[in-house]
Amino acid sequence: MKMPFARANFAPGWHRVRIGGYLSLGLITFISVFPFYWMFVVASSGTEEISKMPPSLTPGPRFMTVIGHVYEVVDFTRALLNTAFVGVTVAIAQVLFSALAGFAFAKLNFRGRRFMILFVIGTMMLPSQLGIIPLFIMVSKLGWIDSLTALIVPALVAAFGVFWMRQVIDAQVPNELLEAASIDQAGVLRVFWHVVLPIIRQSAFVLGLFTFLASWNDFLWPTLVLTSPSNFTAQVAVNQLKASYVLDYALNLGGAFMATAPLLLLFVIVGRKLVQGVMDGAVKG
Amino acid sequence: MTQEATKGSRIFAAPSPWKTKQKKPKAQKANGVRSLNGRWAYLFTAPFFVMFLIFGLLPVIYSVYIAFYSWDPLDPTYQVFVGTDNFIRLWHDENFWNSVRNTFSIWGFSTFPQMAMAIGLASILRNPTLRAKTLWRTILLVPNITSVLAVAIIFQQLFGRDYGLINWVIGLMGFDNIDFQEQAIPGQIAIATMITWRWVGYNALIFLAAMLAIPNELYESASIDGAGRWQTFRYVTLPQLKNTITFVLIVGTIGGLQVFAEPLVFGSATGGSDRQFSTLTLYLFEQAFTNINWGYGAAIGIAITIIVLVISAINFAITRRLASEDSR
Repeated sequence: MKMPFARANFAPGWHRVRIGGYLSLGLITFISVFPFYWMFVVASSGTEEISKMPPSLTPGPRFMTVIGHVYEVVDFTRALLNTAFVGVTVAIAQVLFSALAGFAFAKLNFRGRRFMILFVIGTMMLPSQLGIIPLFIMVSKLGWIDSLTALIVPALVAAFGVFWMRQVIDAQVPNELLEAASIDQAGVLRVFWHVVLPIIRQSAFVLGLFTFLASWNDFLWPTLVLTSPSNFTAQVAVNQLKASYVLDYALNLGGAFMATAPLLLLFVIVGRKLVQGVMDGAVKG
Repeated sequence: MTQEATKGSRIFAAPSPWKTKQKKPKAQKANGVRSLNGRWAYLFTAPFFVMFLIFGLLPVIYSVYIAFYSWDPLDPTYQVFVGTDNFIRLWHDENFWNSVRNTFSIWGFSTFPQMAMAIGLASILRNPTLRAKTLWRTILLVPNITSVLAVAIIFQQLFGRDYGLINWVIGLMGFDNIDFQEQAIPGQIAIATMITWRWVGYNALIFLAAMLAIPNELYESASIDGAGRWQTFRYVTLPQLKNTITFVLIVGTIGGLQVFAEPLVFGSATGGSDRQFSTLTLYLFEQAFTNINWGYGAAIGIAITIIVLVISAINFAITRRLASEDSR
């Protein structure tokens, strides 16, 4: 039993992780991953396989058929493109505007700085539901109902992004560097672009990723404002599948698969960065 | 021996990452970079503030206004000032109090198991002798990135009454099938399971970050003193996590008050046949967008806000007390 662990790092004061620790991690891995596997199993099965006891634990042969049915109800390619477009736009805007404002709050002297930052932090306490009815009325009056504008424009800025970018710039960008850069007669905008942004690019990227994920997964607001299928986002499309048939599990989970698979692929590429972001205290729950 | 360990932890006590983050900006607050022209700040913050005032703050103020009116969205001219009627009606609305109870019940079922599991996992991940660290950490975050809607649909199938996998396992253990979508407490536990599944790994990473800030010397001296696994955890690790536990509790509570998609999928817009899963946010949604009752919906929104603020205030008070105990 000891052999596999014999080469473990020497760490004074630590009891070695025993088999129980690895079993716990193995169990949580199984629990974390299994629902995704199960989603594929159900999405590839016919009604007979789904409604049988004991349930079949392996994927069935009908995956393409089910996805075909999904496409009969809603054009998922269009929905995915819409979602990606909204997500990328919102992520870029939030990172840019948050970094600009965060830089001003961290490094520039101006009247009202203290009050303004406290104000921004204070508004983060308000739950998002508070404004949803008025926002709906405003968006209706602006004529944005059933357009992606209704998803993009209200999401271009967020208090949390500003708060976090301010922390990051405060911690990562030394004042001396900015002093030196500005002595070369570089304008404030150039200092921001050529000195500040390159230093914080890792954190900015993580903020962008989390903004993208939140936008991709948003469900309440898009279902309220989008009505025609050509404007649906992935979540609205999934919800549409739920509504259109009498509880067809394969169809529902086929839709969930379509909306989730791109994120899982993305996660394979950027998962480690996201982990670092969470551990840096990057993300509000 | 255990005495020593606790004493040691006080001497070397490293501030938790949350504390450091709050203190650091304070020290630097006043000194921006002098050679940079401060007036640029107004231009830099303008895009944020303009958009934020229109789409962030204006709706909040507008919602207070709406809550004093009875409003017919089909005919925008029909809008009657009703004073505090919406709030009085809310106070006497049994469905509202039912949704308050459900929200806190689901919160309770999800928060405490979640905390215990997250801290347990984090203390395994913290161990420097662990192999494949990055892999475990990454896997823990997978549930968190997926949409609540997709997760709710998957779990609805897993919790199915007749053919769900979970009822199959329950059957194997010799019990009768549970109708999660009809029975109140099992259903709330099912919803709490979805929330727990989503947040355990995320919170474990938060706790892990806090544990990594605990200096290794504490563990070395605990081991010299002959402390066992449990004693090391109880007297070295746990006391250092106070602030992080409070932080996770506050964030979890605010999130818990906004639970919406899971009960919607599990029990439709009314939150189940007997409103057994109707949460606060779902009730707001039902009143505002199913019954098109905007004034009343806005009043519910204000009620949710008041609950959030009260709970945050209580949490802050507790944190402050714990912090002053620390400094003593």
